[in-house]
Amino acid sequence: MSRPERTTILDARALSRALQRMAVEVLELSHGTDDLVLIGIQRRGVELAERISRLIEKDEGVVVPRGALDITLYRDDLETVGPKPVIGETRIPGDLAGKHVVIVDDVLYTGRTVRAALDELADFGRPKRISLCVLVDRGGRELPIQPDVVGKQVKVDRGERVDVLVEEIDGKDQVELVAGADRGAGA
Amino acid sequence: MTAALGKDLVGLEHLSPDQIRLILDTAEPFKEVSERPIKKVPALRGKTIVNLFFEASTRTRISFEFAEKRLSADTVNVAASGSAVQKGETLVDTAKNLEAMRIDMVVIRHPSSGAALFLGNRIRSNVVNAGDGTHEHPTQALLDLLTIRDRHGKIAGLKVCLVGDIQHSRVARSNIWGLLKLGAEVGVCGPDTLMPRGIEELGVCRFRRIEEAIEWADVLNVLRLQLERMEKGFIPSLREYYRVFGVTLERLDRAPRELTIMHPGPMNRGVEIDSRVADGAHSVILAQVTNGVAVRMAVLYLLAGGRPELADAAKGPAGGTAE
Repeated sequence: MSRPERTTILDARALSRALQRMAVEVLELSHGTDDLVLIGIQRRGVELAERISRLIEKDEGVVVPRGALDITLYRDDLETVGPKPVIGETRIPGDLAGKHVVIVDDVLYTGRTVRAALDELADFGRPKRISLCVLVDRGGRELPIQPDVVGKQVKVDRGERVDVLVEEIDGKDQVELVAGADRGAGA
Repeated sequence: MTAALGKDLVGLEHLSPDQIRLILDTAEPFKEVSERPIKKVPALRGKTIVNLFFEASTRTRISFEFAEKRLSADTVNVAASGSAVQKGETLVDTAKNLEAMRIDMVVIRHPSSGAALFLGNRIRSNVVNAGDGTHEHPTQALLDLLTIRDRHGKIAGLKVCLVGDIQHSRVARSNIWGLLKLGAEVGVCGPDTLMPRGIEELGVCRFRRIEEAIEWADVLNVLRLQLERMEKGFIPSLREYYRVFGVTLERLDRAPRELTIMHPGPMNRGVEIDSRVADGAHSVILAQVTNGVAVRMAVLYLLAGGRPELADAAKGPAGGTAE
Protein backbone atom coordinates (compact mmCIF):
# COMPACT_ATOMS: atom_id res chain seq x y z
CA MET A 1 0.00 0.00 0.00
CA SER A 2 1.42 3.35 -0.97
CA ARG A 3 1.70 6.27 1.35
CA PRO A 4 -1.26 8.63 1.14
CA GLU A 5 -0.46 11.80 -0.75
CA ARG A 6 -1.63 15.11 0.69
CA THR A 7 -2.36 18.22 -1.36
CA THR A 8 -3.43 21.49 0.22
CA ILE A 9 -6.72 22.76 -1.16
CA LEU A 10 -7.08 25.74 1.17
CA ASP A 11 -4.34 27.20 3.34
CA ALA A 12 -5.07 29.21 6.47
CA ARG A 13 -5.55 32.51 4.62
CA ALA A 14 -7.73 31.03 1.90
CA LEU A 15 -9.81 29.28 4.56
CA SER A 16 -10.23 32.54 6.42
CA ARG A 17 -11.36 34.32 3.22
CA ALA A 18 -13.81 31.51 2.45
CA LEU A 19 -15.34 31.82 5.91
CA GLN A 20 -15.66 35.61 5.50
CA ARG A 21 -17.59 35.15 2.31
CA MET A 22 -19.70 32.35 3.80
CA ALA A 23 -20.67 34.59 6.72
CA VAL A 24 -21.85 37.29 4.31
CA GLU A 25 -23.80 34.77 2.26
CA VAL A 26 -25.46 33.35 5.36
CA LEU A 27 -26.55 36.88 6.31
CA GLU A 28 -27.94 37.53 2.83
CA LEU A 29 -29.73 34.18 2.86
CA SER A 30 -31.42 34.92 6.17
CA HIS A 31 -32.06 38.63 5.51
CA GLY A 32 -30.23 39.64 8.67
CA THR A 33 -29.87 38.01 12.01
CA ASP A 34 -33.39 38.22 13.46
CA ASP A 35 -34.39 34.55 13.33
CA LEU A 36 -30.98 33.11 12.51
CA VAL A 37 -29.64 30.08 14.42
CA LEU A 38 -26.37 28.38 13.49
CA ILE A 39 -26.08 24.67 14.24
CA GLY A 40 -22.72 22.99 13.70
CA ILE A 41 -22.39 19.26 13.13
CA GLN A 42 -19.90 17.53 15.42
CA ARG A 43 -17.04 17.90 15.46
CA ARG A 44 -15.50 20.36 13.01
CA GLY A 45 -18.84 21.78 11.92
CA VAL A 46 -19.22 23.08 15.48
CA GLU A 47 -15.94 25.00 15.25
CA LEU A 48 -16.82 26.38 11.82
CA ALA A 49 -20.26 27.53 13.06
CA GLU A 50 -18.47 29.26 15.94
CA ARG A 51 -16.14 31.08 13.51
CA ILE A 52 -18.97 32.15 11.22
CA SER A 53 -20.99 33.43 14.14
CA ARG A 54 -18.02 35.47 15.38
CA LEU A 55 -17.60 37.00 11.92
CA ILE A 56 -21.30 37.90 11.86
CA GLU A 57 -21.00 39.38 15.33
CA LYS A 58 -18.12 41.58 14.18
CA ASP A 59 -20.07 42.91 11.18
CA GLU A 60 -23.52 43.18 12.69
CA GLY A 61 -22.89 43.54 16.42
CA VAL A 62 -25.35 40.77 17.11
CA VAL A 63 -24.63 37.48 18.86
CA VAL A 64 -26.24 34.77 16.77
CA PRO A 65 -27.54 31.80 18.79
CA ARG A 66 -25.53 28.72 17.95
CA GLY A 67 -25.63 25.09 18.83
CA ALA A 68 -24.09 21.71 18.20
CA LEU A 69 -25.57 18.55 16.80
CA ASP A 70 -24.17 15.03 17.00
CA ILE A 71 -25.94 12.83 14.47
CA THR A 72 -24.42 9.49 15.53
CA LEU A 73 -27.70 8.16 16.94
CA TYR A 74 -29.55 9.07 13.73
CA ARG A 75 -27.18 7.34 11.32
CA ASP A 76 -28.53 4.78 8.88
CA ASP A 77 -25.52 2.48 9.22
CA LEU A 78 -25.39 1.71 12.96
CA GLU A 79 -25.18 -2.02 12.20
CA THR A 80 -22.00 -1.52 10.23
CA VAL A 81 -20.05 1.19 12.02
CA GLY A 82 -18.01 -1.25 14.03
CA PRO A 83 -16.50 -0.03 17.27
CA LYS A 84 -18.67 2.82 18.38
CA PRO A 85 -17.21 6.29 18.48
CA VAL A 86 -17.91 8.27 21.60
CA ILE A 87 -20.89 10.46 20.89
CA GLY A 88 -20.37 14.20 20.98
CA GLU A 89 -22.47 16.83 22.63
CA THR A 90 -25.82 17.98 21.23
CA ARG A 91 -26.77 21.46 22.36
CA ILE A 92 -29.75 23.23 20.86
CA PRO A 93 -30.15 26.92 21.82
CA GLY A 94 -33.81 27.25 22.80
CA ASP A 95 -36.92 26.49 20.80
CA LEU A 96 -36.34 26.24 17.05
CA ALA A 97 -39.96 26.97 16.11
CA GLY A 98 -40.10 29.91 13.67
CA LYS A 99 -36.30 30.12 13.36
CA HIS A 100 -34.11 29.98 10.31
CA VAL A 101 -31.65 27.24 11.11
CA VAL A 102 -28.40 27.09 9.17
CA ILE A 103 -26.65 23.73 9.46
CA VAL A 104 -22.87 24.12 9.27
CA ASP A 105 -20.58 21.22 8.36
CA ASP A 106 -17.05 20.84 7.10
CA VAL A 107 -17.42 18.51 4.10
CA LEU A 108 -20.52 17.61 2.09
CA TYR A 109 -20.20 14.23 0.39
CA THR A 110 -22.95 11.58 0.20
CA GLY A 111 -25.53 13.75 1.99
CA ARG A 112 -26.28 11.07 4.58
CA THR A 113 -24.99 13.15 7.49
CA VAL A 114 -27.26 16.00 6.45
CA ARG A 115 -30.22 13.61 6.12
CA ALA A 116 -29.57 12.45 9.70
CA ALA A 117 -29.20 16.06 10.88
CA LEU A 118 -32.56 17.00 9.32
CA ASP A 119 -34.25 14.08 11.09
CA GLU A 120 -32.67 15.00 14.39
CA LEU A 121 -33.55 18.70 14.10
CA ALA A 122 -37.18 17.76 13.45
CA ASP A 123 -37.24 16.22 16.93
CA PHE A 124 -36.35 19.60 18.42
CA GLY A 125 -39.17 21.60 16.89
CA ARG A 126 -40.31 23.09 13.59
CA PRO A 127 -38.00 25.76 12.18
CA LYS A 128 -39.53 27.94 9.47
CA ARG A 129 -36.57 27.18 7.26
CA ILE A 130 -33.41 25.05 7.30
CA SER A 131 -30.41 25.85 5.10
CA LEU A 132 -27.10 24.12 4.61
CA CYS A 133 -23.69 25.76 4.73
CA VAL A 134 -20.53 23.71 4.08
CA LEU A 135 -16.87 24.58 3.80
CA VAL A 136 -16.14 22.00 1.08
CA ASP A 137 -18.57 20.39 -1.36
CA ARG A 138 -16.76 17.37 -2.77
CA GLY A 139 -19.64 16.03 -4.90
CA GLY A 140 -20.64 12.35 -4.87
CA ARG A 141 -24.13 12.75 -3.46
CA GLU A 142 -26.21 9.64 -2.72
CA LEU A 143 -29.27 11.63 -1.65
CA PRO A 144 -31.11 14.62 -3.15
CA ILE A 145 -29.44 17.20 -0.90
CA GLN A 146 -27.81 20.47 -2.01
CA PRO A 147 -25.95 23.14 -0.06
CA ASP A 148 -27.04 26.79 0.04
CA VAL A 149 -23.66 28.25 0.96
CA VAL A 150 -20.36 26.67 -0.13
CA GLY A 151 -16.82 27.71 0.76
CA LYS A 152 -15.09 25.70 -1.93
CA GLN A 153 -16.23 23.23 -4.53
CA VAL A 154 -13.80 20.42 -5.33
CA LYS A 155 -14.24 17.38 -7.53
CA VAL A 156 -12.93 14.48 -5.47
CA ASP A 157 -12.86 10.86 -6.58
CA ARG A 158 -14.03 7.96 -4.49
CA GLY A 159 -11.04 6.63 -2.64
CA GLU A 160 -9.79 10.14 -2.02
CA ARG A 161 -10.62 12.06 1.09
CA VAL A 162 -10.93 15.67 2.16
CA ASP A 163 -9.49 16.53 5.58
CA VAL A 164 -10.55 19.78 7.17
CA LEU A 165 -8.16 20.87 9.90
CA VAL A 166 -9.10 23.63 12.31
CA GLU A 167 -6.93 25.45 14.81
CA GLU A 168 -9.09 24.56 17.84
CA ILE A 169 -8.88 20.79 17.26
CA ASP A 170 -5.95 20.17 14.92
CA GLY A 171 -3.62 23.04 15.77
CA LYS A 172 -3.81 24.64 12.30
CA ASP A 173 -6.29 25.84 9.69
CA GLN A 174 -5.99 23.91 6.46
CA VAL A 175 -7.99 21.84 4.01
CA GLU A 176 -6.21 18.89 2.42
CA LEU A 177 -6.99 16.42 -0.31
CA VAL A 178 -5.71 12.97 0.66
CA ALA A 179 -5.16 10.61 -2.26
CA GLY A 180 -4.48 6.89 -1.96
CA ALA A 181 -6.13 6.74 1.42
CA ASP A 182 -8.35 3.69 1.23
CA ARG A 183 -9.73 4.05 4.69
CA GLY A 184 -10.20 6.71 7.27
CA ALA A 185 -12.74 8.78 9.02
CA GLY A 186 -14.15 10.49 5.93
CA ALA A 187 -15.13 13.83 7.30
CA MET B 1 -10.32 -2.10 19.12
CA THR B 2 -9.95 -3.22 22.68
CA ALA B 3 -12.68 -1.10 24.15
CA ALA B 4 -15.68 -2.78 22.47
CA LEU B 5 -17.85 -4.70 24.88
CA GLY B 6 -18.44 -8.06 23.22
CA LYS B 7 -21.80 -9.83 23.02
CA ASP B 8 -23.05 -9.71 26.61
CA LEU B 9 -22.75 -7.62 29.73
CA VAL B 10 -22.63 -10.12 32.59
CA GLY B 11 -20.61 -8.21 35.15
CA LEU B 12 -17.81 -5.76 35.73
CA GLU B 13 -15.35 -8.37 37.01
CA HIS B 14 -14.15 -9.22 33.52
CA LEU B 15 -14.33 -5.78 31.93
CA SER B 16 -11.19 -3.71 31.45
CA PRO B 17 -10.90 -0.19 32.86
CA ASP B 18 -11.09 1.10 29.27
CA GLN B 19 -14.33 -0.76 28.64
CA ILE B 20 -15.86 0.67 31.80
CA ARG B 21 -14.72 4.16 30.85
CA LEU B 22 -16.18 3.69 27.36
CA ILE B 23 -19.59 2.94 28.88
CA LEU B 24 -19.42 5.95 31.20
CA ASP B 25 -18.29 8.27 28.39
CA THR B 26 -21.01 6.96 26.11
CA ALA B 27 -23.61 7.53 28.84
CA GLU B 28 -22.69 11.21 28.97
CA PRO B 29 -24.48 12.32 25.76
CA PHE B 30 -27.43 10.04 26.54
CA LYS B 31 -28.21 12.17 29.61
CA GLU B 32 -29.11 15.00 27.26
CA VAL B 33 -31.48 12.81 25.21
CA SER B 34 -33.72 12.46 28.27
CA GLU B 35 -33.89 16.26 28.55
CA ARG B 36 -35.14 16.77 24.98
CA PRO B 37 -38.73 17.72 24.16
CA ILE B 38 -38.93 14.45 22.23
CA LYS B 39 -37.02 11.99 24.41
CA LYS B 40 -36.20 9.54 21.68
CA VAL B 41 -33.45 8.81 19.19
CA PRO B 42 -33.69 6.19 16.42
CA ALA B 43 -30.46 4.34 17.25
CA LEU B 44 -32.09 0.95 18.03
CA ARG B 45 -35.04 1.21 15.66
CA GLY B 46 -36.24 -2.25 14.70
CA LYS B 47 -34.41 -4.03 17.52
CA THR B 48 -36.52 -6.22 19.76
CA ILE B 49 -35.60 -6.49 23.42
CA VAL B 50 -37.13 -8.84 25.97
CA ASN B 51 -36.99 -7.90 29.64
CA LEU B 52 -36.99 -11.24 31.39
CA PHE B 53 -37.54 -10.61 35.09
CA PHE B 54 -37.62 -13.67 37.34
CA GLU B 55 -37.48 -11.47 40.42
CA ALA B 56 -39.61 -8.54 41.44
CA SER B 57 -38.13 -5.20 40.40
CA THR B 58 -39.62 -1.80 39.86
CA ARG B 59 -36.79 0.65 39.45
CA THR B 60 -34.41 -1.48 37.39
CA ARG B 61 -37.11 -2.81 35.07
CA ILE B 62 -38.61 0.62 34.46
CA SER B 63 -35.18 2.14 34.00
CA PHE B 64 -34.28 -0.49 31.37
CA GLU B 65 -37.63 -0.01 29.70
CA PHE B 66 -37.18 3.75 29.46
CA ALA B 67 -33.67 3.25 28.13
CA GLU B 68 -34.93 0.84 25.47
CA LYS B 69 -37.86 3.05 24.46
CA ARG B 70 -35.73 6.19 24.28
CA LEU B 71 -33.50 4.31 21.84
CA SER B 72 -36.59 3.35 19.78
CA ALA B 73 -36.30 -0.39 20.43
CA ASP B 74 -39.42 -2.55 20.65
CA THR B 75 -39.74 -4.12 24.07
CA VAL B 76 -41.61 -6.98 25.67
CA ASN B 77 -41.72 -7.63 29.40
CA VAL B 78 -41.86 -11.16 30.74
CA ALA B 79 -42.29 -11.73 34.45
CA ALA B 80 -41.82 -15.11 36.08
CA SER B 81 -45.24 -15.05 37.63
CA GLY B 82 -47.98 -15.65 35.09
CA SER B 83 -45.58 -17.07 32.48
CA ALA B 84 -44.61 -20.55 31.34
CA VAL B 85 -41.88 -20.49 34.01
CA GLN B 86 -44.56 -21.27 36.54
CA LYS B 87 -45.53 -24.27 34.46
CA GLY B 88 -42.03 -25.69 34.84
CA GLU B 89 -40.27 -24.42 31.73
CA THR B 90 -36.50 -24.11 32.08
CA LEU B 91 -34.65 -20.84 31.62
CA VAL B 92 -33.01 -21.99 28.39
CA ASP B 93 -36.30 -23.22 26.94
CA THR B 94 -37.94 -19.90 27.73
CA ALA B 95 -35.10 -18.01 26.07
CA LYS B 96 -34.92 -20.33 23.04
CA ASN B 97 -38.63 -19.86 22.49
CA LEU B 98 -38.22 -16.11 22.65
CA GLU B 99 -35.30 -16.34 20.26
CA ALA B 100 -37.42 -18.34 17.84
CA MET B 101 -39.54 -15.19 17.60
CA ARG B 102 -36.43 -13.34 16.36
CA ILE B 103 -35.48 -11.12 19.26
CA ASP B 104 -32.19 -9.22 19.45
CA MET B 105 -31.50 -8.80 23.15
CA VAL B 106 -32.47 -10.18 26.53
CA VAL B 107 -32.26 -8.21 29.75
CA ILE B 108 -32.39 -10.75 32.54
CA ARG B 109 -32.87 -10.59 36.28
CA HIS B 110 -32.71 -13.92 38.04
CA PRO B 111 -32.44 -15.17 41.65
CA SER B 112 -29.60 -17.56 40.75
CA SER B 113 -26.01 -16.34 40.54
CA GLY B 114 -24.61 -17.09 37.09
CA ALA B 115 -27.96 -17.08 35.28
CA ALA B 116 -26.93 -14.29 32.90
CA LEU B 117 -23.66 -15.96 31.93
CA PHE B 118 -25.43 -19.31 31.53
CA LEU B 119 -28.01 -17.78 29.22
CA GLY B 120 -25.49 -15.72 27.26
CA ASN B 121 -23.52 -18.85 26.44
CA ARG B 122 -26.61 -20.58 25.06
CA ILE B 123 -28.38 -18.00 22.91
CA ARG B 124 -27.27 -15.80 20.02
CA SER B 125 -28.99 -12.67 21.30
CA ASN B 126 -27.11 -10.13 23.41
CA VAL B 127 -27.66 -10.67 27.12
CA VAL B 128 -27.59 -7.92 29.72
CA ASN B 129 -27.44 -8.89 33.38
CA ALA B 130 -29.95 -6.89 35.41
CA GLY B 131 -28.97 -8.70 38.61
CA ASP B 132 -28.23 -12.40 39.13
CA GLY B 133 -28.49 -13.79 42.65
CA THR B 134 -25.67 -12.51 44.83
CA HIS B 135 -23.26 -12.31 41.88
CA GLU B 136 -23.38 -8.98 40.01
CA HIS B 137 -25.64 -6.09 39.06
CA PRO B 138 -23.36 -4.34 36.57
CA THR B 139 -25.63 -1.52 35.40
CA GLN B 140 -26.25 -0.47 39.01
CA ALA B 141 -22.52 -0.21 39.64
CA LEU B 142 -22.04 1.68 36.36
CA LEU B 143 -24.66 4.24 37.30
CA ASP B 144 -23.04 4.55 40.73
CA LEU B 145 -19.67 5.17 39.05
CA LEU B 146 -21.20 7.77 36.74
CA THR B 147 -22.84 9.54 39.68
CA ILE B 148 -19.58 9.59 41.64
CA ARG B 149 -17.74 10.94 38.60
CA ASP B 150 -20.40 13.65 38.12
CA ARG B 151 -20.16 14.73 41.72
CA HIS B 152 -16.39 14.59 42.22
CA GLY B 153 -15.10 15.00 38.66
CA LYS B 154 -13.05 11.82 39.02
CA ILE B 155 -13.08 8.35 40.50
CA ALA B 156 -9.39 7.51 40.89
CA GLY B 157 -8.09 8.28 44.36
CA LEU B 158 -11.52 8.65 45.97
CA LYS B 159 -12.42 6.63 49.05
CA VAL B 160 -15.73 4.88 48.64
CA CYS B 161 -17.27 2.81 51.41
CA LEU B 162 -20.06 0.30 50.92
CA VAL B 163 -22.19 -0.03 54.01
CA GLY B 164 -24.47 -2.87 55.05
CA ASP B 165 -25.12 -6.39 53.80
CA ILE B 166 -22.02 -7.07 51.72
CA GLN B 167 -22.52 -10.86 51.88
CA HIS B 168 -25.73 -10.99 49.88
CA SER B 169 -25.26 -7.89 47.76
CA ARG B 170 -24.66 -8.11 44.03
CA VAL B 171 -24.58 -4.31 44.04
CA ALA B 172 -21.64 -4.41 46.44
CA ARG B 173 -19.77 -6.96 44.34
CA SER B 174 -20.19 -5.04 41.07
CA ASN B 175 -19.27 -1.80 42.81
CA ILE B 176 -16.10 -3.28 44.26
CA TRP B 177 -14.92 -4.51 40.84
CA GLY B 178 -15.77 -1.26 39.08
CA LEU B 179 -14.34 1.07 41.71
CA LEU B 180 -11.07 -0.84 42.05
CA LYS B 181 -10.60 -0.98 38.27
CA LEU B 182 -11.02 2.78 38.02
CA GLY B 183 -8.52 3.41 40.79
CA ALA B 184 -10.73 4.21 43.77
CA GLU B 185 -10.00 2.97 47.28
CA VAL B 186 -12.84 0.78 48.49
CA GLY B 187 -14.01 0.19 52.03
CA VAL B 188 -16.73 -2.08 53.36
CA CYS B 189 -18.58 -1.75 56.64
CA GLY B 190 -21.28 -3.92 58.15
CA PRO B 191 -22.06 -6.58 60.74
CA ASP B 192 -19.77 -9.62 60.83
CA THR B 193 -22.69 -11.87 59.97
CA LEU B 194 -23.22 -10.01 56.70
CA MET B 195 -19.55 -9.74 55.72
CA PRO B 196 -18.10 -12.40 53.39
CA ARG B 197 -15.07 -14.14 54.84
CA GLY B 198 -11.81 -13.07 53.22
CA ILE B 199 -13.29 -9.88 51.74
CA GLU B 200 -9.96 -8.09 52.34
CA GLU B 201 -8.39 -10.34 49.70
CA LEU B 202 -10.27 -8.38 47.04
CA GLY B 203 -8.21 -5.37 48.03
CA VAL B 204 -10.78 -3.55 50.11
CA CYS B 205 -10.44 -2.26 53.65
CA ARG B 206 -12.77 -3.48 56.30
CA PHE B 207 -14.38 -1.16 58.86
CA ARG B 208 -16.10 -2.67 61.87
CA ARG B 209 -17.63 0.58 63.08
CA ILE B 210 -19.67 2.95 60.96
CA GLU B 211 -17.99 5.92 62.67
CA GLU B 212 -14.60 4.77 61.33
CA ALA B 213 -16.01 4.36 57.84
CA ILE B 214 -17.49 7.86 57.93
CA GLU B 215 -14.20 9.31 59.10
CA TRP B 216 -12.34 7.60 56.25
CA ALA B 217 -14.62 7.95 53.26
CA ASP B 218 -15.43 10.55 50.58
CA VAL B 219 -18.48 8.61 49.44
CA LEU B 220 -20.82 6.28 51.33
CA ASN B 221 -22.87 3.84 49.28
CA VAL B 222 -25.50 2.63 51.73
CA LEU B 223 -26.94 -0.73 50.73
CA ARG B 224 -30.47 -1.87 51.30
CA LEU B 225 -30.91 -4.20 54.26
CA GLN B 226 -33.16 -7.00 53.06
CA LEU B 227 -35.73 -7.44 55.78
CA GLU B 228 -35.62 -11.22 55.51
CA ARG B 229 -32.04 -11.09 56.85
CA MET B 230 -33.55 -10.47 60.26
CA GLU B 231 -35.93 -13.39 59.98
CA LYS B 232 -32.98 -15.62 59.12
CA GLY B 233 -31.06 -14.42 62.17
CA PHE B 234 -28.25 -12.43 60.55
CA ILE B 235 -29.13 -9.39 62.67
CA PRO B 236 -30.95 -9.27 66.00
CA SER B 237 -33.41 -6.49 65.13
CA LEU B 238 -33.88 -3.61 62.71
CA ARG B 239 -33.77 -1.13 65.55
CA GLU B 240 -30.45 -2.45 66.72
CA TYR B 241 -29.08 -2.38 63.19
CA TYR B 242 -30.04 1.28 62.91
CA ARG B 243 -28.47 2.06 66.27
CA VAL B 244 -25.14 0.43 65.33
CA PHE B 245 -24.87 0.86 61.54
CA GLY B 246 -27.50 3.44 60.59
CA VAL B 247 -26.18 6.39 58.58
CA THR B 248 -27.56 9.23 60.66
CA LEU B 249 -27.19 12.99 60.50
CA GLU B 250 -25.48 13.04 63.90
CA ARG B 251 -22.81 10.63 62.69
CA LEU B 252 -22.27 12.54 59.43
CA ASP B 253 -21.98 15.83 61.33
CA ARG B 254 -18.84 14.49 62.98
CA ALA B 255 -17.20 13.62 59.64
CA PRO B 256 -14.02 15.54 58.81
CA ARG B 257 -15.29 16.28 55.27
CA GLU B 258 -18.58 16.42 53.43
CA LEU B 259 -19.58 12.99 52.29
CA THR B 260 -21.55 12.07 49.19
CA ILE B 261 -24.39 9.75 50.16
CA MET B 262 -25.64 7.10 47.76
CA HIS B 263 -28.23 4.35 47.97
CA PRO B 264 -29.26 1.92 45.22
CA GLY B 265 -32.86 1.81 46.49
CA PRO B 266 -35.41 0.92 47.55
CA MET B 267 -34.56 2.54 50.87
CA ASN B 268 -35.60 1.41 54.31
CA ARG B 269 -35.78 4.78 55.99
CA GLY B 270 -34.88 4.45 59.64
CA VAL B 271 -33.11 1.13 59.13
CA GLU B 272 -29.93 1.65 57.11
CA ILE B 273 -30.38 5.37 56.49
CA ASP B 274 -31.80 8.35 58.35
CA SER B 275 -34.52 10.21 56.40
CA ARG B 276 -32.73 13.49 57.04
CA VAL B 277 -29.66 12.05 55.32
CA ALA B 278 -31.57 10.50 52.43
CA ASP B 279 -33.27 13.81 51.68
CA GLY B 280 -30.31 15.97 52.66
CA ALA B 281 -27.98 18.15 50.62
CA HIS B 282 -25.31 15.47 50.21
CA SER B 283 -27.63 12.80 48.95
CA VAL B 284 -27.29 11.98 45.24
CA ILE B 285 -29.84 9.20 45.43
CA LEU B 286 -32.19 10.67 42.82
CA ALA B 287 -29.28 11.62 40.56
CA GLN B 288 -28.40 7.91 40.63
CA VAL B 289 -31.86 7.09 39.31
CA THR B 290 -31.56 9.68 36.52
CA ASN B 291 -28.13 8.38 35.57
CA GLY B 292 -29.48 4.82 35.52
CA VAL B 293 -31.41 5.48 32.33
CA ALA B 294 -28.39 7.06 30.60
CA VAL B 295 -26.05 4.24 31.59
CA ARG B 296 -28.48 1.58 30.40
CA MET B 297 -28.95 3.41 27.10
CA ALA B 298 -25.17 3.39 26.70
CA VAL B 299 -24.90 -0.34 27.43
CA LEU B 300 -27.72 -1.28 25.04
CA TYR B 301 -26.32 0.99 22.35
CA LEU B 302 -22.80 -0.39 22.67
CA LEU B 303 -23.95 -4.02 22.62
CA ALA B 304 -26.32 -3.58 19.67
CA GLY B 305 -25.03 -3.71 16.13
CA GLY B 306 -21.46 -2.74 15.50
CA ARG B 307 -20.46 -6.09 14.06
CA PRO B 308 -16.79 -5.89 13.12
CA GLU B 309 -17.14 -8.10 10.03
CA LEU B 310 -19.83 -5.80 8.64
CA ALA B 311 -17.77 -2.78 9.50
CA ASP B 312 -14.81 -4.09 7.50
CA ALA B 313 -17.05 -4.80 4.52
CA ALA B 314 -18.57 -1.35 4.73
CA LYS B 315 -15.21 0.39 4.72
CA GLY B 316 -14.62 -1.02 1.26
CA PRO B 317 -12.70 0.89 -1.37
CA ALA B 318 -14.79 4.02 -0.92
CA GLY B 319 -13.11 4.77 2.34
CA GLY B 320 -15.00 6.52 5.11
CA THR B 321 -17.93 4.93 6.81
CA ALA B 322 -19.03 8.37 7.82
CA GLU B 323 -19.63 11.15 5.43
